[in-house]
Amino acid sequence: MAVKNRKRMALTGNEAYAYAMKQINPDVVAAYPITPATEIVQIFAKYVADGLVNTEFVPVESEHSAMSACVGASATGARVMTGTASQGLALMHEILYIASSLRLPIVMAVVNRALSGPINIHCDHSDTMGSRDAGWIQVYTENANEAYHSVIMGIRIAETVNLPLMVTLDGFIISHEMEVVEVLEDQEVQEFIGERKPLYNILDVDNPITVGPLDLQDYYFEHKRQQVEAMKYAKEVIKSVVEEYNKKFGTDFPAFIEPYRMEDAEYAVLAMSSAAGTMKEAVDLMREKGEKVGLVRLRVFRPFPFEELREVFKNIKAIGVMDRADSLNTMGGPVFNETRSALYDLETRPKMMGFVFGLGGRDFPIEDAIHIIERVKALKEGKKVDMVEYIGVRE
Amino acid sequence: MAEKLTLNLKELSKRTEGLASGHRACAGCPFPAIIKMILGAADDPVVVANATGCMEVVTTIFPYTAWPVPWIHNAFENAAATISGVESAYKALLRKGKIPGNKKIKFIAFGGDGGTYDIGLQSLSGAIERGHNFLYVLYDNEGYMNTGIQRSSATPFAAHTTTSPAGKVIPGKTQHRKDLTEIVAAHNLPYAAQASPSHWNDLIRKVRKALSVEGPTFISIISPCVPGWGYPEHMSIELAKLAVETKFWPLYEVENGYYKINYKPRNPLPVIEFLKPQARFKHILNRPDLIEEIQRFVDERWERLLWLEQRKPEENK
Ligand SMILES: Cc1ncc(C[n+]2csc(CCOP(=O)(O)OP(=O)(O)O)c2C)c(N)n1
Ligand code: SF4
Repeated sequence: MAVKNRKRMALTGNEAYAYAMKQINPDVVAAYPITPATEIVQIFAKYVADGLVNTEFVPVESEHSAMSACVGASATGARVMTGTASQGLALMHEILYIASSLRLPIVMAVVNRALSGPINIHCDHSDTMGSRDAGWIQVYTENANEAYHSVIMGIRIAETVNLPLMVTLDGFIISHEMEVVEVLEDQEVQEFIGERKPLYNILDVDNPITVGPLDLQDYYFEHKRQQVEAMKYAKEVIKSVVEEYNKKFGTDFPAFIEPYRMEDAEYAVLAMSSAAGTMKEAVDLMREKGEKVGLVRLRVFRPFPFEELREVFKNIKAIGVMDRADSLNTMGGPVFNETRSALYDLETRPKMMGFVFGLGGRDFPIEDAIHIIERVKALKEGKKVDMVEYIGVRE
Repeated sequence: MAEKLTLNLKELSKRTEGLASGHRACAGCPFPAIIKMILGAADDPVVVANATGCMEVVTTIFPYTAWPVPWIHNAFENAAATISGVESAYKALLRKGKIPGNKKIKFIAFGGDGGTYDIGLQSLSGAIERGHNFLYVLYDNEGYMNTGIQRSSATPFAAHTTTSPAGKVIPGKTQHRKDLTEIVAAHNLPYAAQASPSHWNDLIRKVRKALSVEGPTFISIISPCVPGWGYPEHMSIELAKLAVETKFWPLYEVENGYYKINYKPRNPLPVIEFLKPQARFKHILNRPDLIEEIQRFVDERWERLLWLEQRKPEENK
């Protein structure tokens, strides 16, 4: 996903995210530290202290207040950003729904970390998967470079649809690993994001509005229905913003899904985030052995790109879906469950199985990736497999 | 600085719109009057954040609103955090020249005692500590009224609520009120005060004072509740007055750390005069020991205030 002839910087995922925030220069950032997202807050606080941004930084006393302050700030029409992980996101949970129902385009980094308990600081997706129905757009990134660009695109997407958006990066694996990031010039970022143009704002004292009234049986449902329409609209906007970005800056980011060696694939794996990088390598190795296997990386989980998935999988015989979180519903993780549901209406429905892996930061080595491919191959061949397999765990 | 801190009734009546009629507060609920006084007291335009609770619920039922000013409700425990976000955005937008005419705006958060003493205490403490420029108004009806009269840490000793019921063994709430104004004052903020709608000129002066200083300010206002306290609906202001005259609810202010009691009843009434008209205390009217305990608590708090008041700023010595 190289940006051609661009300034190259060696940055960790957190640094890349903070650097994008600096270039965006939001009006308000309200944030609270939590491993592994702490650096984002720290780096940004330093930018403020050094006068490199013109942002009002609100060092709140909790994530609940971080999101609450973001809501208040965003309702003024200001451009508002924050970042968190795991317990912090869980503490925000109540307010996530309020932000989206008030249609406030807050952009947030979530550095994926396992939710307690037991307490753990390492990567899995239980945090953001726990917020999957909160009405936020969710973009899962594979590496620091993608995280950086996704934030900039995220501002435009969120502010066009008036929905909040989270960009996630895998804790430690992406947040703390140094990578080459090809960055835009400040000017290019500013031009691309433009000004936020809110429909209403609560600082317009001459035209007072009431935000967040009690909404009972006679209207609540319509407002929720409108959020569904907003999510549908988000699909169009994500597509057009990513296209525009690629065209302008010579990048080639996929909007929703990234098919990898899918052209003549007979069976495939669906993966998200950094694990997709490992899985690409495994696919290459298996291809060398003559296996017709492919990978699809799911980049956007909300709105769920069911049409794109149907299209890419329509001739595939067997699919393994990877989840770095478990729904504890005894039938696997959320990506598996939703993908199965999305493909149910295909004429020739593929066989599917789920893989739960990497919980609490459990390493996901290439051997495990190959094992997954082999299991999906067995599924394709009609061998008996479990509906859900747990990878890399002592049982 | 506001030009002058007091307003007479004529001036006040000219200034204020207050809530639109048609809101759903109980007949006799005093907070619509409190809101009217506060909005009338402000010289500059205001933006309001409101915690979940009676005030929010009865003033805004979509698609209606009773508020004549920009207003935001976020959740129960975060009015202070919400207004801190609004105020921060205001500062940023002002700095970036994005507010037409660089309009001066004041920020006011309203919360009930549940949203302030209890679930919202952290958010309030954080916002005050960070030094945002806002006024927090606590309307204290001494219980969670919106959800059907449950105890809060503002509920007085022995009061009956649905979660501190007067039973055969336990006679209502077994703890005294938490002193929130003192907790707030411990943040060393520029201004904190207690007021009552019965003493409207004192209340308005306090609001104008609070809005005229830079930084976080706090006013706790007693707000009797008709069904929650159990009294005839015409008696709200009278009860607020009895709370002051019995020293149950001292009117005082803490300005830059210096205490001043604004009203010292010349012939204070015994606390029973405040308790008697209220159904929530009816089970203790034949329990002199419990009434005595409330009186003891009131006297002790009052003595403490008198003691705190002795420390005077240099110029007043
Ligand atoms: C997190 C959360 N917990 C509980 C509630 C339910 N609830 C709504 S208002 C309220 C009580 C409000 O009491 P108070 O702040 O004293 O205001 P009042 O209704 O008395 O004016 C409660 C418990 C809620 N909305 N949110
Ligand atoms: S229940 Fe009490 S506080 Fe609520 S509106 Fe009625 S009188 Fe006012």
